[in-house]
Amino acid sequence: MDIHEYQAKEILARFDVPVPRGGLAYSPEQASYRCTEIGGSAWVVKAQVHAGGRGAAGGVKICYSDHEVQDVANSMFGRRLVTKQSAPRGKLIYRVYVEEATDIARELYFGIVLDRRIERVCIIASTEGGMEIEELATSKPEALIRTTIEPAVGFLEFQAREIAFALGLPPTLTAQATRVFRRAYRAFRDLEATMLEINPLVVTTKGSLVAVDAKMSFDDNALFRHLEISELRDRSQEDARESHAADRGLAYVGLDGNIGCMINGAGLAMATMDMIKLAGGEPANFLDIGGGASPERVLKAFRAVLHDKNVETMLINIFAGINRCDWVAQGIIDAFKQLEVKIPVVVRLAGTHVEEGQAMLRDSGLPIITADSLADAAQKAVAVVGSVSAG
Amino acid sequence: MAILIDEHTRVVVQGITGRIGRFHTEEMISYGTQVVAGVTPGKGGDTVLDLPVFNTMKEAVAHTGATASIVFVPPPFAADALMEAADAGIRFCACITDGIPMHDMLKVKRYMRRYRAQQKMTLTGPNCAGTISPGRSLLGIMPGHIYLPGRVGVIGRSGTLGYEAASQMKALGLGVSTSVGIGGDPVNGTSFRDHLALFEADPDTDAVVMVGEIGGPQEVEGAEYVRQHMTKPVIAYIAGLSAPKGRKMGHAGAIVSGAGESAQEKIEILTAAGITVAPNPSCIGETVARVLAEHALLGRCSEVGSSPAVGGFSGATNPPIDHLQQHSTREN
Repeated sequence: MDIHEYQAKEILARFDVPVPRGGLAYSPEQASYRCTEIGGSAWVVKAQVHAGGRGAAGGVKICYSDHEVQDVANSMFGRRLVTKQSAPRGKLIYRVYVEEATDIARELYFGIVLDRRIERVCIIASTEGGMEIEELATSKPEALIRTTIEPAVGFLEFQAREIAFALGLPPTLTAQATRVFRRAYRAFRDLEATMLEINPLVVTTKGSLVAVDAKMSFDDNALFRHLEISELRDRSQEDARESHAADRGLAYVGLDGNIGCMINGAGLAMATMDMIKLAGGEPANFLDIGGGASPERVLKAFRAVLHDKNVETMLINIFAGINRCDWVAQGIIDAFKQLEVKIPVVVRLAGTHVEEGQAMLRDSGLPIITADSLADAAQKAVAVVGSVSAG
Repeated sequence: MAILIDEHTRVVVQGITGRIGRFHTEEMISYGTQVVAGVTPGKGGDTVLDLPVFNTMKEAVAHTGATASIVFVPPPFAADALMEAADAGIRFCACITDGIPMHDMLKVKRYMRRYRAQQKMTLTGPNCAGTISPGRSLLGIMPGHIYLPGRVGVIGRSGTLGYEAASQMKALGLGVSTSVGIGGDPVNGTSFRDHLALFEADPDTDAVVMVGEIGGPQEVEGAEYVRQHMTKPVIAYIAGLSAPKGRKMGHAGAIVSGAGESAQEKIEILTAAGITVAPNPSCIGETVARVLAEHALLGRCSEVGSSPAVGGFSGATNPPIDHLQQHSTREN
């Protein structure tokens, strides 16, 4: 789960990582009021959206009066910010964060991620603050400073100190940097984050460290023991189709095509999407109905797929292991009865209770197109979409 | 022979008293697996399906001599159950539980390092379908009937995609020596590399199929092992060619977050390592048959007699543990 910058900064501040003074605003008036509250003579207005690359997309602006702050905030609210990392539709701005401007002497990068190769948490730092880490990793891998955390003892003081020296920080700052790095790690560890990024971590002209931007992601599987984090979820930043499905316990990823998919198992779902592409079609979604799916669950999945208005046909591919083809067939029949399914539906069933399932579909008299293999199903779905579009 | 489990393997079910644990215990028993006990803390002394239930893994192992376990424990408690199994001397554990927190798995991996290679439990999963040695033993949740006993090893991250591969092979008369599910999580017990090594050392496996997907370094590490150490032919399929970058595709680990993690890149790396990659998920079986034919192994692998259940390889000399040890010693 992703959270907003202002939320990440609140968390960091709680762990005594220095952040600039700032306040959240839901309206232009509130944004301008924040200037008086914060004080000073320059402020930064930052669109709060779940996507990186906000600066280049016009989502971060420096202002020199409260009027300017109000105007800038006014231009941001209600807009969809399209950044390099967001979906083409962009992300809706409905809150902005107003922050005191920071006098920057140097910009550094500090991040904490899981290194899947060694299955350890890894600290990454760089003197090239403000740049995207992916870009840096490809263009200047030698500029990355890396340290691996030993889980039994955590992020040790000497490791943090080594990073401070490697970043070329003056001796007056190394003690502060060591503390900041280790506090950030504590936030990551205590709250079971999967990613923490402070970019840039700024050395101010006055010689102190400040987290000027912050990003955190959390492990969905660990949210049950961090309820305060799960409350930070912002549904406006999610794809509406995905929120709808997630609320019903379905693993769904919205895509841009017109063939709706309902599959059991993540690997088979990806493989089916690949097969659709190879057959010349475009999947509208990834959807895994999971194991032991009841007819009710199949019905829910139907609703989730049909929720997407771009869907012109549907492909159901079930290889039942702990699922049962007869239950899935019952769910399909129920869906036809209850949801007025008007689009063609291609179904391929295999595995547990396949004969019963196929017989149920055959006997239902419903206009279901059956397929006997993965390739057959994908070709039929693509052919049907072609004829629908042509017609 | 097969790897990891055979008809002699004695199994404990961790979380046997739950609905799911109980259901799959029945399925495993009817397949012929030697399930000897269950463990649920606080329910010691009960019986489930006529099997004794113990409070702790140590008791279960002491009373039954079990060497393998399967875990259906709910996510908040599953990591603890895995470490308990390792400490009780279990040699092979399949963790079916999906949704274990990542930080918990990091702890498990760290804990397992306390054991020497010879004493270390081989963990598969979490979030896997388990392992099957067709005709011998099932330690998982897959439908046993789609696997024909035979001489091709299978290693896969996804359960259902593994079924797809096995059933395509069965349709062509190709059987499986052992199929190992390694799971879809970002941090898991063992990976392609570990099981490729076991299959390479298994005299009754002639070729290996890797069923991989986007995200993570495991397929590439497997390819590196194949390039350097494998003499047996390896066939692969990688799912997720159409998956958008940066999106998590169902499995917690199926997300492209760095170089070399997309399906296209993995296919290129695997191909360069000498692995034959099936171009689409519908021709995994055909690709296996073609590669076996190229290596003059097709006849041998499609013989019905190669099935242990039918042909009777049960008198084979090495129990699976010996193989693990041989491998470990060689690797160190």
